[in-house]
Amino acid sequence: MFSTVVQRFLQGIFVLFVLFTVTFFLIKALPGGPFKSAEKAIPQHIREKIEAYYGLDQPVRVQYLRQVKNIVQGDPGLSLRLEGREVTEIISQAFPVSVRLGLAAMVIAICIGIPLGVIAAWKKNTLMDYSAMAVAMIGICIPAFVIGPLLADQFGRRMNLLPAMGWDPTSPTSWVLPAVTLGLATAAYLSRLTRAGMLEILSQDYIRTAKAKGVGSFRMLVRHSLRGGIIPAVAFIGPAFASIISGSVVIESIFAMPGLGLHFIKAIEVGDAPVILGIVMLYGTLIITANFLTDLLGLWLNPRLRGS
Amino acid sequence: MKRRFSKNSPALRVKSVILRPVMLRRLLLISAPVGLLLASCQKETQVEKANREGILLVGNSAEPKALDHQLVTGVIESKIITSLFEGLVSDDASQDGAAPPGAATSWTHNDAMTEWVFHLQPEGKWSDGAPVTAHDFVFSYHRLLHPDFAGPYAEMLYFIEGAEDFNKGKVTDFSQVGVTAVDDFTLRVKLREPVPYLPALTRHYTWFPVPRHVVLQHGKMTDRFTKWSTREHLVGNGAFKIKEWRFHDFIEVTRNPYHWDAANVGLNGIRFFPIENPYTETRAFLSGQLHTTYQLPSDLIRSVKEKDAHYLRQEPYVGTTFIRLNTTRPALSDSRVRQALSLTLDREQICEHIMEGFFPTASLTPKMGDYVPEPKLSFHPEKARALLAEAGFPNGDGFPVFSLMIARPAARAGAEAVQAMWKKHLNIRVNIQNRDWGSYMSAQQSLNFDMASAGWIGDYLDPTTFLNMWTAGNGNNNTGWSDPRYEALLREAALKADPTERFALFRQAESLLMDAQPILPISHYTRNYLLRSEVKGWHPLLLDNHPWNTIHLKR
Repeated sequence: MFSTVVQRFLQGIFVLFVLFTVTFFLIKALPGGPFKSAEKAIPQHIREKIEAYYGLDQPVRVQYLRQVKNIVQGDPGLSLRLEGREVTEIISQAFPVSVRLGLAAMVIAICIGIPLGVIAAWKKNTLMDYSAMAVAMIGICIPAFVIGPLLADQFGRRMNLLPAMGWDPTSPTSWVLPAVTLGLATAAYLSRLTRAGMLEILSQDYIRTAKAKGVGSFRMLVRHSLRGGIIPAVAFIGPAFASIISGSVVIESIFAMPGLGLHFIKAIEVGDAPVILGIVMLYGTLIITANFLTDLLGLWLNPRLRGS
Repeated sequence: MKRRFSKNSPALRVKSVILRPVMLRRLLLISAPVGLLLASCQKETQVEKANREGILLVGNSAEPKALDHQLVTGVIESKIITSLFEGLVSDDASQDGAAPPGAATSWTHNDAMTEWVFHLQPEGKWSDGAPVTAHDFVFSYHRLLHPDFAGPYAEMLYFIEGAEDFNKGKVTDFSQVGVTAVDDFTLRVKLREPVPYLPALTRHYTWFPVPRHVVLQHGKMTDRFTKWSTREHLVGNGAFKIKEWRFHDFIEVTRNPYHWDAANVGLNGIRFFPIENPYTETRAFLSGQLHTTYQLPSDLIRSVKEKDAHYLRQEPYVGTTFIRLNTTRPALSDSRVRQALSLTLDREQICEHIMEGFFPTASLTPKMGDYVPEPKLSFHPEKARALLAEAGFPNGDGFPVFSLMIARPAARAGAEAVQAMWKKHLNIRVNIQNRDWGSYMSAQQSLNFDMASAGWIGDYLDPTTFLNMWTAGNGNNNTGWSDPRYEALLREAALKADPTERFALFRQAESLLMDAQPILPISHYTRNYLLRSEVKGWHPLLLDNHPWNTIHLKR
């Protein structure tokens, strides 16, 4: 067990290193550059000074080594887009927003998706199953940029019940619409995975035995089937959480949330290397950690895996 | 039998579940937060709350690159900067040409309009209480022009004698630059040429002061940035001072009690929201979260006109949209071809159906003050076909297939209309190419493009803000076109102090430019936006620089 953990940790470090290197050279391959894409052209003699200030006039090899050093020290440096602001400051402001939004969305996804999947499996091939799966299919098919504005328009403008945009850390009402929008697609996937997992378990012999012994339906579903039935869903939750946090840029745009996604996209638009690298490394770490934790959780849920 | 009846009948089970006290408690646990949530919802809208508090909620499109006004070049930054800083001359609330006092109470100039003296407010103070002096202004211009500081928009100060040479490192002694503090409250500016519109120019933030004592407290003058312009340390001389700054969330400014005119400031504060998505911004406005929006997407204008017409504002704005041509490309190097392309643009159709609210243009420069350019552009397909045939492409035969570059999806409809018009009237093909902003800009700057859909917003109310960029080597030209005759006319105009003579020469220059057509102007900008009726003292302005200190909210 311990050696597995160490092995996975070293693998993770290697993956991060490759991720960093590939990202760095991809940014360098982008056309334009942070000071060549201003709305009004910056005169060349000034642009050269600015680029020299940031060390962008040096050979790419030197820039690469400096960035590696910065990242290892945990400080990616200064943003080139929001001039003078430290990447750590940007991330420390935006990341908590993304995490809170992601957590809220995940809770919503789990609370909707898993019960829906269980019900669908339990009432297999009935109207209930079909309607639950139809809802899930709709959830998967309709993108967030359609659902988000519809929800915002309905609850914000028409009913004036919830804010149509913005982020207020002190008032949960401002999280509701973005979290629901973000969570719905994940809920849909979760319900389908749960249904499939549950169906497999429900067809097993020991369930038939339990039924024969007269175990009640609720007890049978929750005590005897759920733990096995949600294994596929749990395997999905880890990576899904990471992708919810890193992929919420559409939601952030629709609801004007000050999360990481918007910084990421904006930084890519102008080739703001320190911000891109800072966020990529954060996302990378997050996804690797989430996968690792998911594997551990899988081991706990599924004793059959422990031997191997 | 008994068992099935008591346990498995769904109706009975549901009933018993709900009535069990444990479940009741659970139900309460779940419903409590939901109830709280609904109860806390929107008793009053955010705008109503802000009205009570005297805070203006403003949609401002994007996160500012910085609040040190010597580091930025954009329009959205100017909205916030004009609340935090004040130039020598202020903006008038309703008249474009007026020049009310700002940091200076009065100013005089010599007959040639090359030497100006500004008398500063004796009561002028920074937001930390220190006096605003002429030395602050000299320090600011020194900083912006210093080559080591590398201010991106230093060229706005090139009107000052010796400024360009100093900025380009040809002169290293700043005393050679024509700006001096005669005493603490008197600033003398010597110009390289007559600039009758200098007061209007000093309203641009590049001419605003920075607090010398605060900048030096956090570093050297030439340090590109230090902590001085962060939320914690930023000191300005405007009617407001910074209170809160959260990236991509909002920036809030609050009254500056030290401002010389603080008693007449109508708002307690302003909150600027950098809402990138214009549809989100519109929704926020219609849900009572904003007093005014930065923009209104043109495809929403019609529905707003039907349902919420009282919010809609459509005002002329000094800007022009155009298609930039790369005149170093074959075919496009021929001015007859460029004219043929221009003559087949049905600008009225484009404005009526695609760029809602925009005005078809007959020249490059919008009308500003007494300057009216000669109307040169028209729609004349027969003439265009003749010109194209003359240039060697009868009926479009053999004409190269060019690509028309756009940088925003919103520009696609306009580009498609242009594409169709050229196909119909000239029988030539053009591809539309959507690029990201970075490669769109760098392709133009390296002349590695055919055609690009573009626009330009004036920085001040004088034709030079539109005409000066089409000279050889100008970083905003990017057409490969230049003409010594055009530049000679501009130089000649620059030496005239008399507005009538100046404008006559500018008219000639602009006519020459419109005959050569390295660019194909399409429309003049209109600012389409939404504004609530409780905002008072807000009038249409060509540059859209509403002086924040004159605005108030009806409570």
